[in-house]
Amino acid sequence: MTPLFEAKRLGKRFGDAVVLEDINLAFAEGRLSGIMGPNGAGKTTCFHCLTGRYKPDRGEVWFAGENITGLAPRAIARRGIARSFQIMSLFDDMTALENVLVATPGLRARGFDMARDAAAATGLAEEAAATLARVGLRGKELARARSLAYGERRALEIAVALAARPRLLFLDEPTAGLGAEGTARLAELVRELKRSLTIVIIEHDMPFLFGLADHVSVIHWGQVIARGTPDELRANPWVQRSNLGALA
Amino acid sequence: MARVAEELFVQAARAPAPEPRLAPAGLVTRPMVVAFLALATTPLWLGALGLYQYLALEITIWMIFALGYNLLLGHAGLPSFGHGAYFGVGAYAFGLAQKHLVASLWIDLGLAVLAGAAAGAIVAAFISHRRGIYYALLTIAFGQVFWFVAIKWHSVTGGEDGLLDLRRLPADFGFASFSLQSNEALFFFALAAFALVVVGLWRLVHSPFGRILHAVKQNEARAAFVGHDVWLYKWLAFVISAAIAGLAGALFAMAQQSAYPNVMSLHNSGFVVMMVLIGGGLVSFWGPVIGAAFFILARDLLGAYTETWLLWYGLLFMAMVLFKPEGIAGLWQQYVGRRAR
Repeated sequence: MTPLFEAKRLGKRFGDAVVLEDINLAFAEGRLSGIMGPNGAGKTTCFHCLTGRYKPDRGEVWFAGENITGLAPRAIARRGIARSFQIMSLFDDMTALENVLVATPGLRARGFDMARDAAAATGLAEEAAATLARVGLRGKELARARSLAYGERRALEIAVALAARPRLLFLDEPTAGLGAEGTARLAELVRELKRSLTIVIIEHDMPFLFGLADHVSVIHWGQVIARGTPDELRANPWVQRSNLGALA
Repeated sequence: MARVAEELFVQAARAPAPEPRLAPAGLVTRPMVVAFLALATTPLWLGALGLYQYLALEITIWMIFALGYNLLLGHAGLPSFGHGAYFGVGAYAFGLAQKHLVASLWIDLGLAVLAGAAAGAIVAAFISHRRGIYYALLTIAFGQVFWFVAIKWHSVTGGEDGLLDLRRLPADFGFASFSLQSNEALFFFALAAFALVVVGLWRLVHSPFGRILHAVKQNEARAAFVGHDVWLYKWLAFVISAAIAGLAGALFAMAQQSAYPNVMSLHNSGFVVMMVLIGGGLVSFWGPVIGAAFFILARDLLGAYTETWLLWYGLLFMAMVLFKPEGIAGLWQQYVGRRAR
């Protein structure tokens, strides 16, 4: 089966430091794929290369049969790839509803309309409210993003990404900073999203990732050292040697 | 009766909550009507306060300039410290068009707006990929370039003397023509321009463009990651802001009947920043309007007592930035909020 998203021989260095070397990844449509690895393994750099924040020094990134290597984040987003951020990146002084609204393709399509009231655009606010409800933020529509609780802000992060109606959703360490209860709620949400979306998650929390992912790639020393189903990885000697096996 | 009321209450509680919506902005709001009326009636009461009509004219022109500037600073979060340049470009374009092209109010005003927009478009093309301090420094540098050209290109700009003896051209509507020779007539003309700018900008900041611009202000990176062309939004905001500055500059050239390099100085660019910040442009659409009125009135009223009025105004500015950065509009919002509680 042709993967929906593929990274081929990806390389990235910062000065003398080689952060990614020959990374090959493939994410199949309709599946939840995970990327794991210890701190400093190059996971986030890899994520940034896949989603357009960094331009890879070499290698190619393909999405739905199109080479998207080096495209700007907006161009990648417009092709149907959305992402959330490990360090939350919201429109803090806007309400939850406005946060989601500005990410909808409907508002983007009207983006250069300077004469009409955005509030009069039919269906957009309703669509944004439905997205908020989907991530469990019903009733919080008019709360400012900065006033939301930590877990709610995490949910809003995902709602903003979902608002773009992506075909592929990247989640960068979505459990960062969440307690056990928040993580459980998030797992439930991701499980629900998995039914309709292709998802890729970078995650430190191995029980969380192994409980959700169909397929996981392990990055260490800037390379993919192992890949497989969660069960296969638990038994993998490389993974055990890199001290990640114990965490799983 | 009580049972019916109780049933209605229970039904209401069970009914699904109304869908949350964005509050409609409206085309002409109550504060707009109040502002227009307050300004339009100045000929009736200004003299009684010991003030004069030219002051209202000058305030109105600076309000237009400050409103346009705040599209950039307050609504897009882009700090331009050289915006006097576009005000000056508008003033010079109006004067040059009148002297060398055609003496028509509408054409000369249109050219002034276009010149401001064109100058803004060129500068914004160079700086829109920057943000923060680099953006601010580049706006100063470009502003100084325009000022330097105005001083040195003597054959066109008149050098340090500027363009003198500019005319207050009549407003010709075809079926009728109105002289703008008197300060009062020119004031009403400027007030009409102010009303157009207010209604236009109000609509713009509540339009999809304005909402996205607001998102760009708050988080440029995230705006790009949800698919917006951040560079283009920043560029357009600068161009529109510079076009409005050009309009204000042209009106100023009419008011002063001259265009001179001082209007492009760093000094003048600083004034509009002070107006917007003291007025509360960062928290309110009306901040620049309040700030411009406050600044010009402070200049005249304080200036009547001391030559060092700007020192006192500067101290006030510092106090405001330190203790109430939301400005006068922020103070007002705080007061209204307390009363509502």
